[in-house]
Amino acid sequence: MCEALRDTPMPPTPVAAPASPVLVSAAGLCFDAGGKRLIDDLDIRIREGRCSVIMGANGAGKSLLLRLMHGLLTPSAGEIRWRGRPMDRAARRAQAMVFQRPVMLRRSVLANLRFALSVRGLRAGDRDSRIFEALRRARLEDMAHRPARVLSGGEQQRLAVVRALACDPELLFLDEPTASLDPSSAQAVEDLIAHARARGVTVVMITHDPAQARRLGEDLHFVHSGQVVESGPVQAVLDHPRSEAAQAWLDGRLFVAPGQSTPT
Amino acid sequence: MGDFWGTMAEAISLILQWDTDLIGIIALSLRVTLTAVAIACVIGLPLGAVVGAFRIPGRTLVTVVLNALMGLPPVVVGLIVYLMLSASGPLGPLQLLYTPTAMIIAQTILVTPIVAALTKQVVEDLHGEYAEQFASLGVGRIDRVLALLWDARYSLLTVALAGFGRAVAEVGAVLIVGGNINHVTRVMTTTIALETSKGNLQLALALGIVLLVLAFCVNAAVMAVRASAVRAAYV
Ligand SMILES: Nc1ncnc2c1ncn2[C@@H]1O[C@H](COP(=O)(O)OP(=O)(O)OP(=O)(O)O)[C@@H](O)[C@H]1O
Ligand SMILES: [Mg+2]
Repeated sequence: MCEALRDTPMPPTPVAAPASPVLVSAAGLCFDAGGKRLIDDLDIRIREGRCSVIMGANGAGKSLLLRLMHGLLTPSAGEIRWRGRPMDRAARRAQAMVFQRPVMLRRSVLANLRFALSVRGLRAGDRDSRIFEALRRARLEDMAHRPARVLSGGEQQRLAVVRALACDPELLFLDEPTASLDPSSAQAVEDLIAHARARGVTVVMITHDPAQARRLGEDLHFVHSGQVVESGPVQAVLDHPRSEAAQAWLDGRLFVAPGQSTPT
Repeated sequence: MGDFWGTMAEAISLILQWDTDLIGIIALSLRVTLTAVAIACVIGLPLGAVVGAFRIPGRTLVTVVLNALMGLPPVVVGLIVYLMLSASGPLGPLQLLYTPTAMIIAQTILVTPIVAALTKQVVEDLHGEYAEQFASLGVGRIDRVLALLWDARYSLLTVALAGFGRAVAEVGAVLIVGGNINHVTRVMTTTIALETSKGNLQLALALGIVLLVLAFCVNAAVMAVRASAVRAAYV
């Protein structure tokens, strides 16, 4: 099959040749709440070791999809699979998530990280060296002893990423991790994500920023009305969206803010 | 009116003289109430936290019962404890009636539902905020309760103060089970209630002033706790 593809002149999208194994998958996934079907017969496959980007309009169901995959919500129909098997406790422990609105405990920055690590069963001796290394990388080391909730929104967002990564996950879910961040904070978060990727962490990230999707993402899943309407390499989907919804969404963005979505 | 100011002057001089009877009564009051509040916290904090944090079976029932018990009339509690401890009651052999222990038991029964019900409310609100983060991290049940109690510490301190305020000002229950025996079970509220009718007005008024000051102190403490919680951004 690959041979056949290589023979075709100028394939519009290079097929990712040695497909990495599927880490998380869902088929026929449904989720109902408030008498409405919010996730509707959704199929998705997250491949191991890659950075998958989820895009779509506000209210499309992206955050719900992340919660379902992370096991925080129980699907009304369908099943989330982890390496082809039903998700169990061990699988859950191999994941971490940064929420759209980070939740910090009413403690110091340091105590927040210590709490997360102690929950994950790290001994006190190993903990602090790891914490300070992580804080340094996020440029938060000066804030270690401040109450986490006095940090600015952007600092809390970075702390949330640090906390998730400190848990040493195999799979990291990020729900708009750089929304409402200034460019340098956003850069700091992207650096953290890149560092995690270099360590082999699989990343699933929601973003509204096509430029960020191009910088960080490899696979793109476009969500519309509770369904994944298009999946493929980021470049291909953004440049040549095949689905009506993705096309309209990209056009809408360009129309609303011309020039802002020029890829860097 | 002249009488009032005269009594007031005598009451204040009693306080300033550090009158031994007065001090004994205040000390016993504080010992009984602080012990009762401590026991109520040991029972009520974990109970309220568990009911607030988990969808355990019978949760609604427990909540309704706790809220109902919060409004228990102290005289009824006193009566029930009296019946339990009286010579012919089930706990009669312990011979606790008319002892400070009996008063501690009665006040503990009064304060525990208050602490538990308020704790449940505080913890439930906090858990609503933390639940997803806890689930994501995979926090176990015991760790969850401990973390919630710790993070709600400022609110829970005001809960304990509310319990103290109610217990220290309560008269019906401790009067019935304590009996206001001089130098044994005489506390501030029972002294005021009984000495007034005997005409011992300056002692009653002195204790009234102390109770007022205590009430002010409790309120000031609550405000100080709130302020330091805000300062530490722990609200
Ligand atoms: N518990 C719930 N009960 C009822 N409706 C819900 C519930 N949770 C989410 N929804 C609805 O489901 C839809 C999808 O929500 P979701 O948070 O997944 O959107 P999203 O794609 O993440 O949007 P955004 O880009 O604004 O974050 C929304 O219309 C939302 O109102
Ligand atoms: Mg969302």
